[in-house]
Amino acid sequence: MLAGTYTRLTQDPNRYAINGFIPTGGDVAPPRRSFGLGESELGIAANIDPGLRGQLTASLAADGGASVEESFIQTLGLGSGVTVKAGRYLSGIGYMNSQHAHAWDFVDAPLAYKAMLGGQWKNDGVQMKWIAPTDLLVEIGAEAGAGGAFPSTDRNKNGSTTGALFGHVGGDVGLSNSWRAGLSVLGTSPRDRQYDDVNGAGVGVTNAFSGRSRTWLTDFVWKWAPDGNATVRNLIVQGEYFHRRENGSLTYDINGANLADDYASTQSGFYAQTVYQFMPRWRVGYRYDRLDSGKVSLGVTGGNPRGSTPTMADFPLLAAYTPKRNSLMVDFSASEFSRLRLQFARDESRRDAIDNQFWLQYVVSLGAHGAHSF
Amino acid sequence: MKTIILALLALLALPARAELKIFATVPEWGALASVIGGDKVDVFTATNGLQDPHHIQARPSLIARARSADLVVATGAELEVGWLPVVLRESGNARVQPGQPGSFEAAAYVRMLDVPARLDRAEGDVHAAGNPHIQTDPRNILKAGEALAARMAQLDGGDAATYQANWKSFSERWRAAMARWEKQAAPLRGISVAVQHKAFPYLEDWLGLKEVAALEPKPGVEPSVAYLSKLLGQVAANPPRMVIRAAYLSPQASEWFGREARVPVVVVPFTVGGDERAQDLFTLFDDTVDRLLAALK
Repeated sequence: MLAGTYTRLTQDPNRYAINGFIPTGGDVAPPRRSFGLGESELGIAANIDPGLRGQLTASLAADGGASVEESFIQTLGLGSGVTVKAGRYLSGIGYMNSQHAHAWDFVDAPLAYKAMLGGQWKNDGVQMKWIAPTDLLVEIGAEAGAGGAFPSTDRNKNGSTTGALFGHVGGDVGLSNSWRAGLSVLGTSPRDRQYDDVNGAGVGVTNAFSGRSRTWLTDFVWKWAPDGNATVRNLIVQGEYFHRRENGSLTYDINGANLADDYASTQSGFYAQTVYQFMPRWRVGYRYDRLDSGKVSLGVTGGNPRGSTPTMADFPLLAAYTPKRNSLMVDFSASEFSRLRLQFARDESRRDAIDNQFWLQYVVSLGAHGAHSF
Repeated sequence: MKTIILALLALLALPARAELKIFATVPEWGALASVIGGDKVDVFTATNGLQDPHHIQARPSLIARARSADLVVATGAELEVGWLPVVLRESGNARVQPGQPGSFEAAAYVRMLDVPARLDRAEGDVHAAGNPHIQTDPRNILKAGEALAARMAQLDGGDAATYQANWKSFSERWRAAMARWEKQAAPLRGISVAVQHKAFPYLEDWLGLKEVAALEPKPGVEPSVAYLSKLLGQVAANPPRMVIRAAYLSPQASEWFGREARVPVVVVPFTVGGDERAQDLFTLFDDTVDRLLAALK
């Protein structure tokens, strides 16, 4: 899988932030300006023996580093609708989460994925999934893992520290329509999850959160194609809603003042998008993103008589805000294995600056025939 | 309380149904399995006659159906490579994984044509095992059906006699029908045809048609007007008598070519359900032969 972009941004991607939300770290900023190589992915998948299958997806970063995107084993022969996966895998929560980025319909992830999951939620752990013996798809899954990336942290402790549950139902309506809907929850207990901010005096500080984080996701996708034949025309409508509660303690300026007190937040976000193929090979799409920074209560800013406590002005990133983004894309697929995409987005993730983003991207696959996942 | 427990027990006992559950990837194998199985089988067909069998998604309903299937009947030869492996993997059903008795691939029982000498995506969407559109030759239906009847008898020993009897009755009627079609189609022998997608080597082999052009520059790649114009020039000296297109394909290319070259466009049903008349395996070939003959006039 190879991808490359040409990027034009009106704002500096190095100063990217989603205001109102604790920064997630990881790959959430737009790619650097001008020509850029996306991730080159190398995938190997094969059956290991009659009962097991293995898959490795290595990602080669443009600057030379290599990382393990996914590496897991999966059972084939357990029967009774049960499948077990172990290793590192994209979690089954939500809809887009388990898809590789190159299969997305837009260049980048929805804002909700960026703000709530740091892009995409991957886990080192075990997943068990069960499919009910019904004509309607009913799928229930559970995951236990070690966490590591946002919203969790590495806990250096025995047992599972991050868990997820998900359920999906789906089916067809007539010949032309198919759908899937789901509800998932991701729960974790981060310790000392650090992020950088600039306090009221203009000095950089590092703050840290410890406590519980629980994210609920609902997802929905509807696909239409006349008589189920998607080659000429087809329509995809999808959306996901995220709701996150975090409570615990937040430590202000761990390298200086080092003041800790209660922290609680209830935040949400969603995206809705539609992609229409109006003739063979050509598609257009529109996506709307919106986040709500919701309620954030910071005990550390509360009435200390000495007057030296930090105030809300010392947490500019957490000040209430509703980030928004509108994205438009058009893509052309010369064959099933290559796609050229043009995307324009007006990104209001930052309180004080609108970022007009323009991308030209190619995504191609070579080697083994890829899978047409729903 | 007692009634609730009894009701739950009754629910648990329900899945022990006698019917053999068959998941067919394309309509022709669904029809064949129904003919052999009669009322002893429950057949689900994953696609319909108006869908492009190459471009199917592993949609939720397919995963749900594969979960409970006793037998998956596919073409094989990579026709379903884009979606069937995902469906099988997600289904959590051990019985129908490749290599198990519950996995049947028709292409394993027929002589494959168009086996590529060179495997390169630059050649388009070519399949290593050969052209997978085997169902356009009724002799292949016979070979695949014989193997399928044996497989169904193996999986469901209790109804083996029924399957063999149904198969015997069908294959006798099928042989008679084949003789009739071959006689009817005699005027088609040796005529030149153009095809939109390289989907008909088996039909051509059976009826003795001569393919002089394919409108797709490479299999699975939509032709441009420039390409079609060039093709038109190439065949000007020896124009085909007709352009053949499968019902599921978009009509633009063949309609344009037919108009410019002044030859009729024949839309064949390609599989069961491809048009109004082709509602079972017999009418599929009745209709195909009639449509080809009509274009000769």
